[in-house]
Formats: sequence, C-alpha cells, structure tokens
Amino acid sequence: MLDDFIFRAALAGLGVALAAAPLGCFVVWRRMAYFGDATSHAALLGVALALATDLPIVAGVLIVALVMALIFSGLSERHVSADALLGVLAHAALALGLVAVSLLPGRSVDLSAYLFGEILAVTRSDLAVIWIGAACVGALLIWRWQPLLTATLSPDLSTASGGHPRRENLVLTLALAITVAVAIKVVGALLIAAMLIIPAAAARPLTRTPETMALAAIAVGAASALSGLAVSFAFDTPTGPSIVAIAAGLFALTTSVGAALKRG
Amino acid sequence: MSLITTRDLTLRYHGQTVLHGVDFSIARGEIVTIVGPNGSGKSSLLRALIGALKPASGEVIRQAGLKIGYVPQKLQIDATLPLTVHRFLNLPLRQSAATIATALEKAGVPDLSKRQMSALSGGQFQRVLLARALLNTPDILILDEATQGLDQPGAAAFYRQIEDVRRDMGLAVLMVSHDLHVVMAASDRVLCLNGHVCCEGTPEIVADAPEYRALFGSGTKGALALYRHDHNHDHHHDHEHGHS
Repeated sequence: MLDDFIFRAALAGLGVALAAAPLGCFVVWRRMAYFGDATSHAALLGVALALATDLPIVAGVLIVALVMALIFSGLSERHVSADALLGVLAHAALALGLVAVSLLPGRSVDLSAYLFGEILAVTRSDLAVIWIGAACVGALLIWRWQPLLTATLSPDLSTASGGHPRRENLVLTLALAITVAVAIKVVGALLIAAMLIIPAAAARPLTRTPETMALAAIAVGAASALSGLAVSFAFDTPTGPSIVAIAAGLFALTTSVGAALKRG
Repeated sequence: MSLITTRDLTLRYHGQTVLHGVDFSIARGEIVTIVGPNGSGKSSLLRALIGALKPASGEVIRQAGLKIGYVPQKLQIDATLPLTVHRFLNLPLRQSAATIATALEKAGVPDLSKRQMSALSGGQFQRVLLARALLNTPDILILDEATQGLDQPGAAAFYRQIEDVRRDMGLAVLMVSHDLHVVMAASDRVLCLNGHVCCEGTPEIVADAPEYRALFGSGTKGALALYRHDHNHDHHHDHEHGHS
C-alpha cells in the first residue's frame, strides 16, 4: 500500500495533524500565534542552510527552527510587548529565507515546494521522518502535559508548586521546531502555522477540558488532511492550501455550532 | 523555627532595584501582612519567597520540605482554554475527588467543581484559587492582593474565610493587601515596604510609625488613606527599626 502515493500522502497528512493539533492548542492558549508564524517562516532559512551544506532538508530546518525558536522565546521573555517584534521577525525570517535560497549558486530551486509543500511527492523515508517526528512531539506533550498546563496558566503558580516554567517553555520550543521540520514537506512553510492554530481554534467551542480540546483538534486536523487531499485530487487544487481551507471551513462550522449551543 | 527567612535580600526586576536590604521571617501559625504603595516591591518580595524571582543579592531560606500554598494576584485564563474547576484543581498533581471536595468546602465554595473557570464570579474565582492553594495542606499560605477586583463586602468575606482556614489548619498566612483597615486588624504583624522595609511590628505599632504615616497619611490610622497616599515621599532620612 505504501507504493501508492495517495496513501503515503494521507499518512503524511495524518502524521502532521497528530503532532501539530495538540501542540497548536498550547500555541493558542499561550497566545503564541506570531511565535508559531515566526518559527515556521524561519524554516525557509533552514532549507537554504540544508541546500548549501548538503544536509538533509529536515535536519537543516530542524536546526534553524530550533535556533530561531530559542531566540524568539528569549526575546518574548525579555520584552513585555513582544508582539510587534515577533511580527517583524516572522516576516523578516520569510524574506531572508527566500533571498538566501535564491542566492544559492548553481541550482534552480523549486521554491513553491517549500512554501506550499508537496505532499503528493512524499517518499517512504519522508514518511518515516514525519512519523518519528510526530511520535517525538506526542511523547513530549504527553510526558509534560500536567506541568505544561500549569505553566500555561501561570508561571508563578507553577514555580510555587515546585515546577520549572522555563523548562516547560523549552519543551514547547523543541516540540515546535520538530513540528515545523516535519510539516514543511506536507503543507509548506507558509501554512505550517495554520495547521497549528486552526484545528485548535476549531476544537475550542465544543469542548470543556484541555484534553478533549486536544483530542478534538487532532480529529479536526486529521479530517482536514484527508478531505483536503481528496478535494485536491478531485479538483486538481494545490494540496497544502486545500487542507488548510477545509480546516478553516471546519472552524467556521464549529464556531457557529458553539454559538448556537450557547444561545439555545 | 521560622518557615521562610530572608537575609539582606535585594531584588531586581527588569534591571531596576525594587527592594533592598530585607531581613524577614515568618513563623508557623503567624499572620503577616505586607503593605506599601504600588511599585514598593510587595509582589516582588512574595515572588522571591516562592522562588519565582532570583535574589540579586542576599538569600531566601525555606525550611526543608516547606509546602507553600500560593494565591496569585490575578490569574488570566485565556478564553481559548476550556477548564472546569475540577480540572483546574488537578494541576499540576492529580488529586482524589475527596481531597478536592474538602478543599472546595474549606474555601467556602463546595458546589463549583463542574463549572467552567471562565464562568465564575470574581469572588468564586478567588475562592477556587484558595481551594487550590489548600490542596497540599500547606505550611504557609501566601496571598498576593487576593481580593483585587472584589467589592468591600466580598473582600471582607474572603478575609473571614482566610481566618477560618488558619484556625482550622494552623498554617501561617502571608499576604499583600491594599485593604489596610480589614487586614491590619487580623494580622499579628505588619510589614510596611517602600523599596525597603519602612517599618515593621504589630498593627498598632506600624499604624503609629512615622514612616507608615508618611506613606498612608495619619488621623485614621491609615484606614481611609489608601486612596490618597503620596507615592513620592523620599527616604533620605534615617529610620529607627526598633519595632519588631
């Protein structure tokens, strides 16, 4: 079955949804949307690094995403209003990445593959990387779930009960870098942040606890990946954007249902 | 045997010295209140005591195995985070249903466990925070302006709850407060801060101290002065620290 490119694409989409959706809940809860943006846009710089040094793309993206995420989280800790700064960095990272890739000598690089992903070209080894990465992110989140939630509510509350909120921040930063590295092939640098935020936001109106919200986000992410793939195949639309468009549709649906339930 | 002691503690926050030369201690069963104008270092001192703010110099010594129940100044739960009271009380450690029921009972809100945190009133929210602080049967309860946002009767009721809790559980209570007239009466000791320890002692002694009056005005023993105290009093004079 793995010989079928549609099947591989479906598995790749599911793997990314599995990692990105629950991580995205934390991104939403902590108001880190720009942070997610900045880190995923930095992935393009990672692509440039990988192409320049003959590293595998995943390794280049992982290294750069990790370094950038550490810099971003350091900045947002030090500056009370990091919002504008992160906004600047998010787009600067994207622009610099585009410039860096175009400056690479002797190659013509298909930029759109990195900007929008090429899920239909996922190989067996890509699949292995995606699922190993997703498993790492899942394991990190399950392992640190309780302390992560506590630190998300209040760093001081976490410290007072013997926790280490800065260490939990690092866990999230690492998980984010891994997710960006495995998702670039599937949805591309431009839309990774969408796979983080939209499923989580779509899950919110229908849930009452953090755990159900994370599970519902995974369901939304997975459904979007599979339907997006089907839509893309049927109508010959670009796959990454189709997945994100379906997720956005589900968000609109759950938000209206949630509002209706509240009124009723 | 004191639960927490500081020695010559100096704290910096965002590059500025907010508090210097603090020698402080609190013993089992004591109620100590910290008063002082905005920016006087009250919250920073509490954060240093719980370990959230590293001393720039000096030290904080906590008794080995000390269990702290901390009630933060405010807790902004993002609207995107769904959280029932029950789930909240299971953070960071899972608790038995009985433990949670007891803590909610002690905090005076026995029936809230299924409610969403975002649907609570200000008074209910603070009591749930109190319940959470009581879960691990702490040796000391630390409250940072826990009645901010409550009206006068609400604040008074909250402090009565704290009194009850102390009587039942025999724990020490350290709180920062703006409600001078309410808390001063209930405190064993008052610590008046303004970048350093201005004065310290029983409520009567502190209310009569010139340093305290310089901050909070005189006449009403400070009770009504909290809205019109002068933030700019200077500290070039030397203090007598003979009250404690």
